[in-house]
Amino acid sequence: MEKILAILFVENDGSLANPALETAGAARQLSQALGGAPWMVGLVGPSTEAAAAQLAGCGATRFLQITSPELAQARHATDVMAAEAIARTAEPTLILAPATSRANRILPALAHRLKGCVDTHITALTAEGGQITATRWFYRQRMEANFRRNRRPWCLALETGCFPTVQAQGAPVQLESVPVPASGWNTRTQVTGFAAPAADAQTIRPDAELLFVAGAGWTKKQADGQPHVPEAEKLILDFLRLTRASLGSSKSLVDLSGEGQAVLSFLTHLNQIGQTGSTPRHPKGLATCCHGEEPHTVGWRFITERRAINLDPNCGWARGKADVLYVADAFAVMRKVNEMLAATAKA
Amino acid sequence: MSQTYQIVVCGSVVPDPLQTLEPVTGPTGPALKNEMMLPMVLDPWASHALYEAAHLAGQHAGSKVWLVSLGPKPKLQQVMMTVAQKVPFELVALDGPASGFADAAETAAALAEAIRGLAGLDMNRLLLFGGWESASRGAGATLSLVGEMLGITEQFQGVDELTIQADGSLRILERVEGGRHQISVCAAPPAVLGWATGNRPEPRNNPQVGMMNMRTIMPALQKARAVKLAGEGLTYASVTLPRQQRETRIIKDWTPEQVAEDVVKWLKE
Repeated sequence: MEKILAILFVENDGSLANPALETAGAARQLSQALGGAPWMVGLVGPSTEAAAAQLAGCGATRFLQITSPELAQARHATDVMAAEAIARTAEPTLILAPATSRANRILPALAHRLKGCVDTHITALTAEGGQITATRWFYRQRMEANFRRNRRPWCLALETGCFPTVQAQGAPVQLESVPVPASGWNTRTQVTGFAAPAADAQTIRPDAELLFVAGAGWTKKQADGQPHVPEAEKLILDFLRLTRASLGSSKSLVDLSGEGQAVLSFLTHLNQIGQTGSTPRHPKGLATCCHGEEPHTVGWRFITERRAINLDPNCGWARGKADVLYVADAFAVMRKVNEMLAATAKA
Repeated sequence: MSQTYQIVVCGSVVPDPLQTLEPVTGPTGPALKNEMMLPMVLDPWASHALYEAAHLAGQHAGSKVWLVSLGPKPKLQQVMMTVAQKVPFELVALDGPASGFADAAETAAALAEAIRGLAGLDMNRLLLFGGWESASRGAGATLSLVGEMLGITEQFQGVDELTIQADGSLRILERVEGGRHQISVCAAPPAVLGWATGNRPEPRNNPQVGMMNMRTIMPALQKARAVKLAGEGLTYASVTLPRQQRETRIIKDWTPEQVAEDVVKWLKE
């Protein structure tokens, strides 16, 4: 009989973020698919009361917690110690965790310490005849594989947006405390803060409805033989302000900034989508001045509706990568789009 | 404070990103069609890690960079012809599969063993670099497992910046959710740094560096130890290409106003 443990890291405000609630949802779903296999929750953080309240009535058979002020920091050494302590108490055969930066950082080490195995970026979990099959993408979202493992415990990091969340309902949960490791916390590393653009300059918005991709064409010479980078910046930033879209870019445009060329000042490697960038999840995506080459479009795997504006009718987007390709000048189109959106906003 | 580092970069070869990839089932499990014919490159994240390693070694005289790579020997040799011209390093080659379907833990065990065997390895000066993911398996697990196998508890993934501070501590910027960086200060090596893209451009080819590197690369390739990855306990039920091929509607003759109207209407749907 499988025993499932969902390891969830508590946010600094004491709550569980959506990816954690999805992991709990996945654990519950898998438990049902396995004919009622016991499933447990392990909460890790400086305090867990608020997080536990979010899991009220979720159906888990056991709720474990490990709390310490040291766990307010997302630090490999302490996080893996805490997760290991919980796992050794729960003795699960399956360990699920959300594929967040914090959990992804420690899951392989946790698997090694438990003499188990690990897989990350899981997008689906099914169980048939007691056999569990996991699904994930390989070669940067270019092919999808279903696979099984015999070894236990099997640690799985679950991608966000793929599993249902649990909703609080019913009686409050009873938390069991797991003792802090006898060796004490390893605090050779200290998390000293976060670096982020100012709120109004933050262009990466994971929860946005729309992904707006700016390609290298924005910085190239236009019909008058001159580049118009300041105008491009204004058009893009105005569009982002009006739509609250998330900004992505192709590698070529981001690389230009690393080479010291005049480019869109607000773009960094964090905006990069594709082979060496991110693979975000948004319902819609609009690409502008971008050729839609394969290394970039693999990052669009989880963008549901796709449109592109490009002057080249034979660009990559035309070859089955977008739903609609507008063969047009993005400067002229985005100018008009912004005017229309601004007029609507005023009305 | 003057400090020298032993920087070990783990990274292997992956198919050139512009190649079309198709899965096939071979005698040992899934593989890529014509895998040995595909042009290969050094994994992009591992490349960034290598450039960052060389940059750091350049700033701290007496430091040394190793590239520990597990891949098919002919492919490693081919890729090294280019990579060797970028920055100075010493290659440690392992002859085995670089497939995305190979198990991360088995790959990590082979790499860890090779690193333990480096002559004069000093754990107090060791920085283990690599890509935080790869363009093949992309699990983000291998480097972390290597670190764990070597007993390194200070691990950082999605690193974009490393600064050595005056007291010798490491200030590290890691990518976290929402387009932010988490800033950590690690007291001292050893540490694992899984690099994202960093901020450094690809170095230009330097034939002199290439000639210097090739003096050690060819012997390293000749004595590359054969590694078998059994994939024990791992069974692939299926590997498929995504079926989704979109019917692209190409709109050519609209004015910017018409396109803008259509885009705005779609945004509001």
